[in-house]
Amino acid sequence: MLKLDKVSKTYKTGDKALHNACFEVPAGQVVGLIGPSGAGKSTLIRCINRLVEPTQGSIALGDTELTGLNRRELRRARRRIGMIFQEYALVERLTVMENVLSGRLGYVPAWRSYLRKFSPDDIAQAFSLLDRVGLANHYNKRADALSGGQRQRVGIARALEQNPELLLVDEPTASLDPKTSRQIMRLIRTACRERNLPAIINIHDVMLAQQFSDRIIGLKAGEIVFDGAPDALTDEVLTTIYGDEDWTQLRGDNAEQSTDPETPAVDLAEGV
Amino acid sequence: MAEEPMAQSYPTRWKRPPVLLTHPLWRKIILLGGLVYLVLAIQTVEVDWQRVYLGLERGWRFVQGFLVPDFTTRWNDIYAGLMESLTMTVTSTVAGILISVPIGIGAARNLAPAPVYLACRGIITVSRSFQEVIIAILLVAMFGFGPFAGFLTLAFATIGFLSKLLAEEIEDCDRSQIEAIRATGASWWQVVNYAVQPQVMPRLVGLSLYRLDINFRESAVIGIVGAGGIGATLNTAIDRYEYDSAGAILIIIIAIVLVVEYSSSYIRRWVQ
Repeated sequence: MLKLDKVSKTYKTGDKALHNACFEVPAGQVVGLIGPSGAGKSTLIRCINRLVEPTQGSIALGDTELTGLNRRELRRARRRIGMIFQEYALVERLTVMENVLSGRLGYVPAWRSYLRKFSPDDIAQAFSLLDRVGLANHYNKRADALSGGQRQRVGIARALEQNPELLLVDEPTASLDPKTSRQIMRLIRTACRERNLPAIINIHDVMLAQQFSDRIIGLKAGEIVFDGAPDALTDEVLTTIYGDEDWTQLRGDNAEQSTDPETPAVDLAEGV
Repeated sequence: MAEEPMAQSYPTRWKRPPVLLTHPLWRKIILLGGLVYLVLAIQTVEVDWQRVYLGLERGWRFVQGFLVPDFTTRWNDIYAGLMESLTMTVTSTVAGILISVPIGIGAARNLAPAPVYLACRGIITVSRSFQEVIIAILLVAMFGFGPFAGFLTLAFATIGFLSKLLAEEIEDCDRSQIEAIRATGASWWQVVNYAVQPQVMPRLVGLSLYRLDINFRESAVIGIVGAGGIGATLNTAIDRYEYDSAGAILIIIIAIVLVVEYSSSYIRRWVQ
């Protein structure tokens, strides 16, 4: 369980990126975080694993208060939090396997990771995750040899290799086509269901957010302006978050693409 | 569709605004001033045409010697000088790389804390502020004539060159890859090994080979001030007016530089 209490971030430039963010995420809940560019979505999720240092407030993951940790404790906390990135953020020149195994770096000493001597359990888990995301035969390929959708699957496998207690997902579909976006979102959602894993997914596409989240949080100019069920996201709410736009028509355009809310796991490997 | 009359006439001419010297009058004054200075400066260079004529004659003899290079008469001296130069080049490059890598990492702002950064940048500045010949003169005075002074000179110069360029390469690394590895709970060493090293390795190999090439050429120059190697042999040959032997030495230097150049471009393509 994750609990944020009055988390604020003011950058050195004086920009207030986040102001008094308070919410709780229970186990297994997938939260879609929406809002216009610059609303503080990225800052919010990076404050949780302290890639960005929050200026104020408290963030608790289970019993651990994350804000006061020293460097060593922070590394121990970070390995419990998986993160999936926009543009995948794979290490391009490493193999797919090395990228997935890098999810274990927080658990192995530096000399072992330098020699790529990971434990048999770690390796078996990496193979099973690659199989799970439909990339079973690609483990020795270099990450930059894969397509966008495949890379994001490796990104998901890397995050899951950590055996995380929380998943932070930053714009997972920003550079993917609509179909691959849906596959990736479905994959993340299924993984969360299976592991009872809470996730915060920062996402631009409102329709995708509604379709794949249990709960939506709307940010505007660093403040939470909406927190509720995906169904409660009415046109008025969208207007408060984003400003005026013809939402009904936008929904109509997306309607034909979003006909398959839940499909079995076999489908996950499609389009590999 | 009926043609609509143009509502507004737009300009048909456009010129790129000047980036530097935007003030039109000052621009003219500065350019004119620069031109006047250039003419005056050229006039101060005194040319002794008679001496130039004599020099042409000597140059011609040199060219003649170059056209009929004599490899055999002084072959033992040439061979000894060449071996000394090659040994000096390889050992100094290897030693230089070994020292450059930690200094380069320390001089990268995104990896090193401020005091380490400043110290490493300091070392780089000291190494870069002196030309090889000046260092060679100092070291020959300290350690006596011979290749040891040359080895130290080239290793010292390599540090400035390689550390600086390596540090810049590290600072240009893709931040998201570093962030992703850091987010897994990896330690500093693991971030360097997993996120930075794969990104900078091809460039480090390329730069090292380039430096090997430079060091060989420099070894010929610093030999003239007493640091041993092929340069010393070349200097002796010219002092004895043995232009045919000097020509042979120059041809050998050119051939070796060419070989290094071609093989390094091949190796660089291979490590991409």
